[in-house]
Amino acid sequence: MTASTLSAIGPLVALAVAVLVVMIALAIHRSRGLTFALTLAGLAAAAVTLRHAPMAPAIDAVPLVVFDAAARFYTGLILAATAAIAVLAFGDAEWQGERPEEIDLLLLLAALGSVVLVAAVHFVALFLGLEILSVSLYALIAYPRTHAASLEAGVKYLVLAAGSAAFLLFGMALVYAETGTMAFAGLTMMPSVADATVALAGVGLIVVGIGFKLALVPFHLWTPDVYEGAPAPVAAFIATVSKGAVLALLVRYAAIIDVRSRPSLFMTFAVLAVASMIAGNVLALLQDNVKRLLAYSSIAHLGYLIVAFLASGALASTAIAFYLSAYFVTMIGAFGVVTVLSQERGAGTGSLDEYRGLALRRPWIATVFAAMLLSLAGIPLTAGFVGKLYVTVAAGGAALWTLLVVMMLTSGLGLFYYLRVIVAMFMQPTDSAVATLAAIRVPVAAGLTLAALAVALVWLGVYPEPFIQVIRATVGGG
Amino acid sequence: MTLVWLVVVPFVAGAAAWVADRWSHAWPRWIALAGIGIDLAIAVTLWFGTSGAALVPGAGPWLAEIDVRWIDALGIHLHFAIDGLSLLLVLLTGLLGVLAVAASWTEIQDRVGAFHFQLLWILSGLIGVFTAMDLFLFYFFWEMMLVPMFFLIGIWGHERRIYAATKFFLFTQVSGLLMLIAIVALYIVHGRATGTYTFDVTALAGTPMSSTMSWWLMLGFFGAFAVKLPMVPLHTWLPDAHTEAPTAGSVVLASLLLKTGAYGMLRFVLPLFRDAAASFAPVAIVLGVIGVVYGAALAFGQTDLKRLVAYTSVSHMGFVLIGIFAGTTIALQGAILQILCHGLSTGALFILAGAMQERLHTREMGRMGGLWADAPRMGGMTLFFALASMGLPGLGNFIAEFLVLAGTYRVSPIATIVASTGLIVSTVYALWLVQAAFQGPRHGTARLRDLGVREMATMAVLVAALVWIGLYPQSVVDTASPAIARITSAPRVASRAP
Repeated sequence: MTASTLSAIGPLVALAVAVLVVMIALAIHRSRGLTFALTLAGLAAAAVTLRHAPMAPAIDAVPLVVFDAAARFYTGLILAATAAIAVLAFGDAEWQGERPEEIDLLLLLAALGSVVLVAAVHFVALFLGLEILSVSLYALIAYPRTHAASLEAGVKYLVLAAGSAAFLLFGMALVYAETGTMAFAGLTMMPSVADATVALAGVGLIVVGIGFKLALVPFHLWTPDVYEGAPAPVAAFIATVSKGAVLALLVRYAAIIDVRSRPSLFMTFAVLAVASMIAGNVLALLQDNVKRLLAYSSIAHLGYLIVAFLASGALASTAIAFYLSAYFVTMIGAFGVVTVLSQERGAGTGSLDEYRGLALRRPWIATVFAAMLLSLAGIPLTAGFVGKLYVTVAAGGAALWTLLVVMMLTSGLGLFYYLRVIVAMFMQPTDSAVATLAAIRVPVAAGLTLAALAVALVWLGVYPEPFIQVIRATVGGG
Repeated sequence: MTLVWLVVVPFVAGAAAWVADRWSHAWPRWIALAGIGIDLAIAVTLWFGTSGAALVPGAGPWLAEIDVRWIDALGIHLHFAIDGLSLLLVLLTGLLGVLAVAASWTEIQDRVGAFHFQLLWILSGLIGVFTAMDLFLFYFFWEMMLVPMFFLIGIWGHERRIYAATKFFLFTQVSGLLMLIAIVALYIVHGRATGTYTFDVTALAGTPMSSTMSWWLMLGFFGAFAVKLPMVPLHTWLPDAHTEAPTAGSVVLASLLLKTGAYGMLRFVLPLFRDAAASFAPVAIVLGVIGVVYGAALAFGQTDLKRLVAYTSVSHMGFVLIGIFAGTTIALQGAILQILCHGLSTGALFILAGAMQERLHTREMGRMGGLWADAPRMGGMTLFFALASMGLPGLGNFIAEFLVLAGTYRVSPIATIVASTGLIVSTVYALWLVQAAFQGPRHGTARLRDLGVREMATMAVLVAALVWIGLYPQSVVDTASPAIARITSAPRVASRAP
């Protein structure tokens, strides 16, 4: 193993070392401040190695992962998102007094798993990354051990994620039986004709496993309960980093097997997208809990992303990368507000009633939250608007008119529930809400993170050109 | 650069008004007045600066233009330009914006800063819509004004405000999203055919495409504009939204927001899809005629003052639809005049209705009556604008509707004849409105406060504008004529008609 090999997988090495350092530090001296600082340092180190790792051509240092341009972009996104979530979690009083130091460790581990996923070019790496990610998430979701809702969510996620992992493994085995290789590159040899029943079944099972991670309908049943039960920053991690990493992997996988030339696979994803867009938006209408509402909203958004994914091609890759970045900023921002407001109330709340009158008591937080919700709805001046346009252009370019019409109609419906939350924030508050809202003190770090996310949101919505150039230079022209 | 200021000034003033609310409730009002007042001043300067010489040499068809690259990756430009048509609508926006702020002076006492923030962002969005010459930019502003409008109705509205706001939002949003698909499809078709991916309206006008494609895209645009216009049967959001909105909201909705639909048809549907629009014209004219008669008939059946005025909008905007799709120069002149005059007269009626509601706490005409004795100025003004809206000769609306009918007769005599009956019904409801509210026996004993100086000044401006257009319509027609000429210089839009 040479220095160049190491630098080719630099981010992974840096994150793994950071995990070890945090572990050792915890054994020597338990201090939340110390682990938090070490975690941020680890993420920063990974980002630096990302910059300094050799550019193209990617070195096949190890057969499992490749840090090509797309993987670099998504790794950067994951590192930034993890850092933001770590800051939010640090200021989250909800966990204080429960030995909170391991939260940072688990977040680092989860980030490591996600980075493995976005760089994976081999089924083994896929499974490895997915398991590192999932196991860290089980612990993170159930971290507030005294809260029944969190424990329930953790167990639910554990059982269903383990089940979906079994599907995934079996699917990989079937594909391996057909092609004789576990590298993605070998998938091109996979027969495209429908008579290859074994391979088709294998791919189908893999789709189930991926669909679970992305929470596409009908594999979404865990989502609202887990989002509601998990601490808000963890829910933000599941909604963004975990899903984003799997989607990046899916894009890589699809580029190899060429989804558009396989009608059965194309139809499967089209049906999943339509089901997610419709069910996500319709069910979100019925929610009275902001966390559950965001859960269904994230289901719908993954549906839109699958539409872009089906468009395939360079333009679609750019659209996905942009939309995903906008979605990261927005979701972390929205959950950041939920985090800030959920202090001193324990995990598992987030009822819409608690948001009544927020605009009068905490105008700045309400403004940030409103901006995040409007971005999710795709209103101008926010990142979500440009993202929606990009996805529309990509899907239009691939002539996916039916999917586009479904997307537009359901996202029109979607506006309705985002506005409901905003209207509630502008209503006169209930007495109990006044008391709670008055008691909240926003931690400085969390406040700054929210402000930075809001600035990023507007910046991407008003002048996205520089960021689009970054995406085109990495993920692919178009 | 002037055009950027037009959009930016109300935008910034809106944000400033919100912040200034911390110190005093008076600040937001003055900031809002200044913000939109500056816009009005800029627009008036542009008008005087360019009258006579209709075209600036070397500037193409535009009186002013700015074109900067914005999102290069998708060929999106920050392209604002103004011609006579846009200028007239910007003038209307500036004028009614000032009056809307004035009309809210005493009515709005709750969350004053936020109210003026929403109001000014709507106005900023409207000016953006009227001056954007890049389809993406246009859509950007089109969507941008919806959310503040939703809040304006939903927070400061009357009894059923949430229902009305939601209905308004769903109608306009869904139709807008379908238009987005049409915009993107046009962009892709043009890019495929020419190799240049652009949202520029002028470039897109010559896109070669199949007639089926052109037909579908035209419907995508037409749908969004028809909802805003509103065209029967897509009008059902309008009576609710107009009735439940606060006075400024009703004024902005009726006088300005509806005009974006008409503007969109003139600016985009006709030039971009000439042949498809021509073959669609008979349908549009029939729907316009139905709107004229149906709106007038329903207006007569209302007992709620604001609802009555709302239905008259459906009727009057039907004339605009007829005029646009009749496609003759005279009809188009009539349609543009009608856009302006309807904006002025209906805006005035909503301000009066708001003033009455503020004093009487009701909009039911059954509980009014005999108000003239207490409030002769209010009665006189209501009579004036009711007569204007029914088309009294000497006032702008008469010229406008006459021109529409005269221009349409060549295309379709039957449509003209049926639409004319709308004028008769409008006489009935206009007189009924005045009679029910101001004549007859008095209800209750409370004395009604008459219009004050601020309200009379508002009314005086609107009266002057309507009389001006009524007596000297040529001044407006001249401003709009280059834009009309560009629409009609194409092959005749309406080739066949029933």
